[in-house]
This record gives sequence, structure tokens and C-alpha cells, in this order.
Amino acid sequence: MSNSTSMSPASNSATGFTPGNPNDPARRTWIAVAGAAGAVGGACVAVPFVSTFTPSERAKAAGAPVEVDISAMKPGELLRVEWRGKPVWVLRRTPEMLESLKKTEGQVADPSSARKAYPTPEYAQNGHRSIKPEYLVAVGICSHLGCSPSDKFQPGAQPSLPDDWAGGFLCPCHGSTFDLAGRVFKNKPAPDNLEVPPHIYLSETRLLIGEDKKA
Amino acid sequence: MALKEVTTTGLLGWVDQRFPLTATVKAHLSEYYAPKNFNFWYFFGSLAILTLVLQIVTGIFLVMHYKPSATEAFASVEYIMRDVPFGWLVRYMHSTGASAFFVVVYLHMFRGLIYGSYRKPRELVWVFGCLIFLCLMGEAFFGYLLPWGQMSYWGAQVIVNLFAAIPFIGPDLALLIRGDFVVSDATLNRFFSFHVIAIPLVLLGLVGAHIVALHEVGSNNPDGVDIKALKDSKGVPLDGIPFHPYYTVHDIMGASVFFIIFSAVLFFAPEFGGFFLEYNNFVPADPLKTPAHIAPVWYFTPFYSVLRAATEDFLLYWMTPAVIAYTLLVFATVKRSIGKVIAAAVAVAMIGGFFILDAKFWGVVGMGASVVILFALPWIDNSPVKSIRYRPGWHLYLYGLFVAAFVILGYFGTQAPSEIGGVLSKICTLIYFGFFALMPWWSEMGEAKMVPARVTFAH
Repeated sequence: MSNSTSMSPASNSATGFTPGNPNDPARRTWIAVAGAAGAVGGACVAVPFVSTFTPSERAKAAGAPVEVDISAMKPGELLRVEWRGKPVWVLRRTPEMLESLKKTEGQVADPSSARKAYPTPEYAQNGHRSIKPEYLVAVGICSHLGCSPSDKFQPGAQPSLPDDWAGGFLCPCHGSTFDLAGRVFKNKPAPDNLEVPPHIYLSETRLLIGEDKKA
Repeated sequence: MALKEVTTTGLLGWVDQRFPLTATVKAHLSEYYAPKNFNFWYFFGSLAILTLVLQIVTGIFLVMHYKPSATEAFASVEYIMRDVPFGWLVRYMHSTGASAFFVVVYLHMFRGLIYGSYRKPRELVWVFGCLIFLCLMGEAFFGYLLPWGQMSYWGAQVIVNLFAAIPFIGPDLALLIRGDFVVSDATLNRFFSFHVIAIPLVLLGLVGAHIVALHEVGSNNPDGVDIKALKDSKGVPLDGIPFHPYYTVHDIMGASVFFIIFSAVLFFAPEFGGFFLEYNNFVPADPLKTPAHIAPVWYFTPFYSVLRAATEDFLLYWMTPAVIAYTLLVFATVKRSIGKVIAAAVAVAMIGGFFILDAKFWGVVGMGASVVILFALPWIDNSPVKSIRYRPGWHLYLYGLFVAAFVILGYFGTQAPSEIGGVLSKICTLIYFGFFALMPWWSEMGEAKMVPARVTFAH
């Protein structure tokens, strides 16, 4: 019976396994290979799961252009229309409103709409940021964190606004202010002017928002 | 295989041979020795568990009637409030419970802060706790979208857009979170999934880890004395008492008082003057119109104020000098050159970033940093003593200043933007960060008092 210990498999030549030495190099390699294959597989499975987070085909298809009739708008009136789930403003500016833009020119951060974060279409890169001086078309979403600013057309001192207020928009969330061309005032949380969406006049009174070239 | 030898008999013995029931109860309750000098502040740990259970139970019942769809969500919440028998009670328990959870957790964290409960060897207890706090913030944020009111909608819009401020990947990241170009039905559905499944699972795991880590090293106490240093012949700490029955009974008393206050709010002021449920959230979500005044729920407002404080002049005239002064301080006092190199690199990156990147991005960084900085606490406190009781007297004023800054930030976060609010928020933001950033220096200063060998206990 004394040789029973020596009978126990000290080494097994078929598998190369040696008790007491768990670091069998051949098995180590295969463990590493299996682990790497598993990691690659896991990463591949993550792709479809992450993809489900991206906008669905239905969400992508919902971005059709919108047609607006502006014939009934009075001077100083603001029309809100929905385009891609966002509010788009059409503002018919009075001559006084247009006059105020000259005053705010020096107080706004980007008077010539040169910044590229929300590129202003070429036809709106002017002092009034629009095709026709009278009508402003802008996405009513603050470039800071996406709130919709409220209209503060009444000039003069009032809460949350400077005393020399010339009329414009105030974002209720973080206090960014915009003039009547949607240009952001200096030293406000919002970095950019209000976005001007691609738009085109189909006729004198009909406006198409979402496209700027006739198909 | 032979069964384990156990001292219990009968059914309990049968179980103990197969599952460590008695051993677990002993390790965590009847033979877990907690310091005998726990005071008022030590109610809030068990109360946090209580509010967690309350939220999970009420949440299960709410999900039975709620519909996570942009067209039906608002109406289904009103249906719960009006038509489901006692639905109003369950809903108000859940909404009041959310605020109660944050009250309890803030007080629980404050307790850890003043008694140095995050100090060695309890660093991981604190880190798990901070992760729980992060999860809780996520849980509250995702949950707030579900009623699909105006505040739900615009709050989500603002917070998701925070991620869009990250350079390069931001806009795509925000798109990935929303699942649409605006906050929509897709967003509501995924937030519902996060709120009822994903975060609660993580939260429960973290709460388990928090308690296991605590019971591994033992509870701190108001004196910051290590009770394990002095033990009797059986190895029981001289100043320790078994958690059960002593603290279980003690905590039931705490729970009773909690429920009295909770019920008073629940039945008499469930909206709590617009702080727990904001008035604008009783208006259905309208993607075309932001309410005239939007603010997060009270428990997020301090961090929200930090976000709002970051304007261009704050970065140029306040933060730039502060960063330069801080770097000079590091150069003057830190001996190792690696520390100097890191400080200089961070300062250059920050100041460069102030000029290159939008103030908006730095607002987001500040808001994130104001939460993340809590994780660093165990490693930036150099005081020779743990508890505020034995720190130099003037340390108390620093903690007071910190709390005041936090409350002022919270107050102005609930208010519409204003001149004075803006300036005070900037000052308080600097105080908030200064408290932590300068802690390695001030925590060492002054003469610490003698810490007794045994806890002070006057009953």
C-alpha cells in the first residue's frame, strides 16, 4: 500500500497536466484565446443593443417640410409652427422692431452670424437674419440647453431684463436673451444665435419651412 | 457529502446546514456591534432603506396603471389620481417619497461629512454611497419625465441637451439618449425602462455593497473613535452594542417619527408649495412652448445653480484667477514634482479651455464636477482626527459656510434668473469648490483636540 501515493497520476502525458502546477502553458494559451473570443463576441452583441438607442426609421421619416400661410399676419405678430417636433417662429417685424436691430448690433455676440455650430443659411447672413427684412423665420429653441424662449417685445426695463431692453426674446431657463433677429446677447449662457431653418418663399404669402431649393 | 455541523436544531438547523441563515443574521444584526453613542444623525441610514422600500413598493403599484406613451402618459397619471381607488394615495406616496428620499440622503451624507465617516478604513463605504447618490439622481431624473407634464418635458429637454455640450461627440450622444431629434415618445419609453428596471437593479446592488462594506469595517460614531481598539474577553468591543435589538428598536422609533412627518406632507401638502410637484407639471407636455419659469425639483437645484453660474465673465474674471492662484498654492506647498506637473497641466488645460470652449460646456463640467468631487473626500481630508467634535473650533465655521453656500445655490436654482441670484450663485459656486479643493490644506491647519480612548456616552 506504500506505493499508493506514487500510483496517483503525478503527470498525465496525454494532457500535459501536472498536479500542483496549475500554470499549464498550453491550457493558459487556450484560456486566453477563449477569453478573447468571448470578449469579441460580447462586443459584437453590444452593437445591436446600442443601435436600438438610435432614432428609429419612423422618427427619421417625420422630418418633412411644412408649408405656412403668412397672408393673415399683422405687423408685430408671432406665428408658431411645428417642424420636426420643434417650434419654428415666423415674426412679422414692425419698422420700429427692425430699427432696434441697429441698436443691438454692438451688444450681440455674433452680429454677422459667422459661427458655424448652427450654420445660418447664406440668404440670412445679414443684419436682419432673414430673406425679407420684415419676416424673421427662426427655430424657437435656445442654443444653450434647448428651452423655447418667450417673446418680450415690450421695450424698457422689466424683470430679468436690462433697463435698455429694445425688445426681443428671453429664455426662461437660464436667462439668455436674443434680439429681434434672434441674435444672442453677449455674456449669456447661450453660445449661438437662434437657428434659422432652411426656408423658401413659394409665393408672396406662402412659406415653406424645411427646404430652401424647389425640387 | 456530510452535512455541516450546526448548533441550531429543527427546521432552522435544517436550513442552516444548507444556507447561512443564522450566521448571516448574527453577522449583520444580532452580533454586529455598533457604537453605543449613536445620536440623531444616525437615524438616516435606516430611513434611507425605508424610503427605498417605500419607493419600490409604491412604484410596483403605479406601473400597474401607468401607460408609458406620449399620447397616454399624462392622462394615465390623471386616471391614477382620479379613477383608480386610492390611486391618489399611492401616487402621492411615490412623489412625496422621492423628495423624502433626498431629504434623508442629504442628511445621511452630511452626517458622514461632519463625523469623518468616509475616512480610512471606510473609503469604499463612502464611494459606494456616492454611486448610490448618482443612481438616485438618475432615478429621480428619469422618473420625472414619466408624468409627461410641461416640467417633465422641458426638464428632460434641458438635461439631455447638457450632454450635447460635450465637444465632438455631444450632439450624437444626445441623439442616442433621446432616440429622436426631440424629446418624444421614444425618449419616454426608454426613460420608463431605466426608471423601473435598470437603475433600481443597480441601486439595490449598490445598497447591498454599501452595507456589506460598512459591516466589514464597522460603523463610525460621533466621536470618530475606533471602538474595535478596546474589546472584552469575548472579542466584543467595549463601546459596542448588538445592532439587534438595540438599534432595530431605536430605528423603529426613528421610522415612526419619520412617518408622522411624511404623512403630514402626504395628506396636507403633497405638492409642498410647488417644491415636490411643480405646478407646471399639471399641464400636459407641449413641445412648442416652454413654461415661463422652469426649474428642476428642489433636490437638483444646487447643482443646477452651478450650471447657471458658468457664464463667460465667470470663467474669465472669476475662474481664471482662481485657477492661477490654486496652481501657485500647489507650487508653493507641494514638494513632489509630479504634483506640480499635474497641477500646471490641468491649469493650462482649464484656462485654455475657458477661452476655446463654450461657457455652456463649462457649466456642464461644473455641474458634473460638483457631484463627482464628493468621491475624492476620503483622500483630500488630511485632518489628524475624524469627527468635527475634535477638530479646531473654526473648522465648524467652514462647514457652516459650505452648508450655507449649498443652500443658497439650492434657493437660487428654484428662482428665475436674476442679477443678484447670478452673482450670489457665482460666489457660492466658488465656495463649494473651494471647500473641497482647499481641503488638503485647511484640514491640516489648527490645533486638533484630544480624542478620548472611549466614546463619550452620557446616559
